[in-house]
Amino acid sequence: MIQPVDVAKLNPHESIIQLEGVTVSFDGFKALNNLTFFVEVGELRVVIGPNGAGKTTLIDVISGKVKPTDGRVIFGHDVDLDQLRDYQISNLGIGRKFQTPTVFEKHTVRENLELSLKGDRGVWATLFSRMGAPEREKIDACLERIGLKDRAASKAALLSHGQKQWLEIGMLMMQDPKLLLLDEPVAGMSDEETAKTGDLIRSIAKDRSVMVVEHDMEFVRGLNAKVSVLHEGRLLCEGSMDKVQNDPRVIEVYLGRDSAKGHA
Amino acid sequence: MPMPEPGMEAVWRRLHTPKQWLVLGALAFVAIVVVPLLNKAVPPSSPLYLSDFYLILIGKYLTFAILALGMDLLWGYTGILSLGQGVFFALGGYCMGMYLMIHIGLEGQYKNPLPDFMVFLNWSKLPWYWPPFRSFPFAVVSAIAIPALFATMFGFLAFRSRIRGVYFSIITQALTYALMLLFFLNELGVGGNNGLTDYKTIGGFRLNEMSTMRGLYVLSGLVLLGAYVLCRWITRSRLGRVLEAIRDGENRVRFSGYSPVGFKLFVFVVAAAISGIAGALYVPQVGIINPSRLEPAESIEVAIWVAVGGRGTLHGAILGALVVNALKSWLTTRYPGTWLYVLGSVFVGVVMLLPDGLVSIPRRLRDLWMRWKPKRDQLPPAVVLSVEEKEQRA
Repeated sequence: MIQPVDVAKLNPHESIIQLEGVTVSFDGFKALNNLTFFVEVGELRVVIGPNGAGKTTLIDVISGKVKPTDGRVIFGHDVDLDQLRDYQISNLGIGRKFQTPTVFEKHTVRENLELSLKGDRGVWATLFSRMGAPEREKIDACLERIGLKDRAASKAALLSHGQKQWLEIGMLMMQDPKLLLLDEPVAGMSDEETAKTGDLIRSIAKDRSVMVVEHDMEFVRGLNAKVSVLHEGRLLCEGSMDKVQNDPRVIEVYLGRDSAKGHA
Repeated sequence: MPMPEPGMEAVWRRLHTPKQWLVLGALAFVAIVVVPLLNKAVPPSSPLYLSDFYLILIGKYLTFAILALGMDLLWGYTGILSLGQGVFFALGGYCMGMYLMIHIGLEGQYKNPLPDFMVFLNWSKLPWYWPPFRSFPFAVVSAIAIPALFATMFGFLAFRSRIRGVYFSIITQALTYALMLLFFLNELGVGGNNGLTDYKTIGGFRLNEMSTMRGLYVLSGLVLLGAYVLCRWITRSRLGRVLEAIRDGENRVRFSGYSPVGFKLFVFVVAAAISGIAGALYVPQVGIINPSRLEPAESIEVAIWVAVGGRGTLHGAILGALVVNALKSWLTTRYPGTWLYVLGSVFVGVVMLLPDGLVSIPRRLRDLWMRWKPKRDQLPPAVVLSVEEKEQRA
C-alpha cells in the first residue's frame, strides 16, 4: 500500500518534486535531456519554452504517463516514482490536468466531482460507497470555487471549453493533491476566462505546490511566479519573469518567433 | 437538497423512482404470473390461450434476456465489447446438462446407468468430474462458479495486458471458437458434437410435463428480475459511474487514481456469472446443450440484441433480446433462409437510424413533437423593420 506523502513533515524550501538527470528518449529523440529540476513545497512554478522544448514530457514523466529512460524522479523526501503506475502516482497526491480538457462528458458536473472525491478507490469500496453530508459539502464548496454551481446538474459535454477546463481543475482539487500539474490551463480561453483562471490558480496555489506549463506570456506574467525556461529538453534558465525575459539565451531561443518580441 | 435516508429505503430509491418501481412490478407480474396462467388456466379454445410451445419458447427468450443483461453491463456501461459471452452461457448450460444427464438413470436407450454417449463410446464408468454433478446444488453452484472462475482467469490476463477495444473483441471470438473445437472432442466426456440431451427429470419433476415447464418458466422470470435489480444496483452505485467513466475516458480514470483493471475484471466476472445462470436455465427448457452454442455467431448475436434494444440502459438489453429472438423464431418458421439477411439489415438499420436502440423511440417522438408544437402554437410575431430602424439597431 502506498502512503500519501505527509507534506506537513516537509519544510518549506524542501523540494516536493525533484528530477535528477532525467532523460526521456523516443526512438533516439531526447524529449528530456539529462534534466535536473525541482519545485519547492508550496511553490507556484511556471514552465515555459518553445514548441518541442519538453514541457508536456516533463508533466508526463512526473505523472507516470511516460517512464524516464534514465535518471530519477523523487516525490517528497524519498518516494521514487519510477516503480509506480499512473493511478498510484495520482493516489500519492499528484494531480494532473491535460492540455485538452479531459472530463467525463456523459456524467453531470456533480458526478464528475463525486468520482474525483478523495477516498478508497477499490472495487468494493466504490460499489458500497454512499455519499454523506461532508462529501456533499465538499463538492458544493468546490462547485462554488470553480464557478459552476448553477451547472452542477448539467452533463459535462454541454459545458463551454473554458468551463470544462475549470471542471477538470475542480476534479483535481477534490483529490486534495499535494502537487498539481497544469498543462496549458488557459489554452483556447477568452480574455475574461483567462483572468478568472488566473485567480483560481493563485488561490489554489496558496495551500499546495502547483506547476503550470503555459504558452501565454501575458498570463504567465500575471501569475507572478518563478519561471523555468526549457529548451531542447534542458533547463535553460530560471528566475522571475523579468530576469528570464532579459536573459540573452532566452531571447536567442525565442528569436524569430513573434511571441518572443511581441509578448515576452 | 434532500439528506440521504439511512437503510434500505434509500437504496431502493437510488435504483428507481416509486413510479418506475410500479411499472417494473406490473411488467414483472404480467411476465411471471399472467403469462403462465394464460397457459394453465385458460381453455385452449379461448383466443387468450397460450400454447405449450409458445410458453416454452418465451421461457427460452427470458434466459437470453438474462444473458443480454450481462452483455449490457460489459458493453453498454463499460465499453468492453466481448464477443464471447456465449462461452459463459454454454459453460453454465453444460453444468446443468451434466446434472440432467446423470439423472436419466436407467431410462436411457441402453438401459444403463451411464449416459448413452458413454455407453456408445464403450466407457465403463463415469469420468472423475461427473459424479459431483449428481447433486443439484453442486450443479447450480458450478453453473455460476465455473463461468465466473474462467472469466476471472481470462479477464485478469487480458485486462492486465491492457487489451482493449477491437482486440478484446477478436480475442473473445477466438476464445469461443477454440472452446467450440474443444467441446467437439469426445475425449472431453461431455457428449462431443451431439452434446447432452434426452433429459428426463429435474429435481424429481418430469420434464415432459407442462407443470415442470411452467415452473422453469417462472424461475427464469424470477432470475431475470433478480439479475435486472442486481445490474441496476451496480450501475447506480459509484462503481457504476466509474464503469461509465472507463468507457468514456480511461485516461482520466487512471489519472484520477482508479486502476481500471479491477473494475473491468469485476464487471466481466459478474456478467459471466449471470450468463452462467442463464445457460443453466436454458438447457432444461430447450432440452439440449451442444457445441453449437459456442459458435462465434451466437455470441455476436448477443451484441446485436443489446444494440437493437439500446445500449447502457439494461431494460433495452432485455427488450432487444426478446424482440430479436421473437423475430428470429417467426422468420425462421415463416420464411426460412431470410433470417441472416434480416438480422444484418436490422443491425445496420438500428446503428444508422436509431443509435440508441428501440428504447429511444419514445424520447425521439417526444423531441419531434416538441420541435413541431411551438411552431404550430406560438409562431413568433413577425417583425418588419424599416431601413432606419435597422440602421439604429446596428
